[in-house]
Amino acid sequence: MSRATGDDLSYRRPVPLWWWLHKRTYFVFVMRELSSIFIAWLVLYLLLFVRAVGRGEAAYQDFLDDAASPWLVTLNVIAFAFIVLHTITWFSLTPQAMVVRVRGHRVPGIAIIAGQYAALAAVTAFVAWLVLS
Amino acid sequence: MKFRIEPFVWLAFSGGGVLAALFMPVLAFLFALAFPLGWIDPPSHDHLDAIVSNPLTFLVLFGLFVVMLVHAAHRFRYTLYDGLQIKHRVLVGTLCYGAVLVGAFACLQFLGGATQ
Repeated sequence: MSRATGDDLSYRRPVPLWWWLHKRTYFVFVMRELSSIFIAWLVLYLLLFVRAVGRGEAAYQDFLDDAASPWLVTLNVIAFAFIVLHTITWFSLTPQAMVVRVRGHRVPGIAIIAGQYAALAAVTAFVAWLVLS
Repeated sequence: MKFRIEPFVWLAFSGGGVLAALFMPVLAFLFALAFPLGWIDPPSHDHLDAIVSNPLTFLVLFGLFVVMLVHAAHRFRYTLYDGLQIKHRVLVGTLCYGAVLVGAFACLQFLGGATQ
């Protein structure tokens, strides 16, 4: 009909840039999403670590010394905190994203979460054993 | 039926999320904090070299890292859309998934270099 009606239908209320600072749950949501940057950073860091190991003993020692510099430690402490946030939130959300059935019965969410923590413990123990033994 | 890439990206996103949640805490703690800061004595170079030069380690790390990068890129893409309200969908998608391709190439180079 009129042009104004068409405009009204296509109107979208603009969302303010800092909408996620208004509520704690929104803030945690955005922090959880930002964990992606730190996962990418740690992949890059681990790649550089492997490269240093491949380049020989001196390069490995140099890398460890560089990694102990205050700015890199600060970055890695922040990255580790985001990884912990990712792990906790990912495990908590899994039962909502996935329905597991055993013999026709739905596995309760708490069992799925506990299973993931058991897997985390197993992976952690295996990697620690492989690297430290 | 029209082929769509989107479901496969979501699959890689989920897989990468699970693997990052399981593997990253111990890898980040040991290699980014405990060894550089001397909380735990770093392993000898020979021991780590023996691990990273094993072809199986190459395969496992390559798979882990690439899937984690897809996860990170896919999530960051939506952070830009929803969090920062950046609506240039094609540009954001190209940059995010382009970064994954560069990252996968870096994985091939760096992990492959250590395997030889």
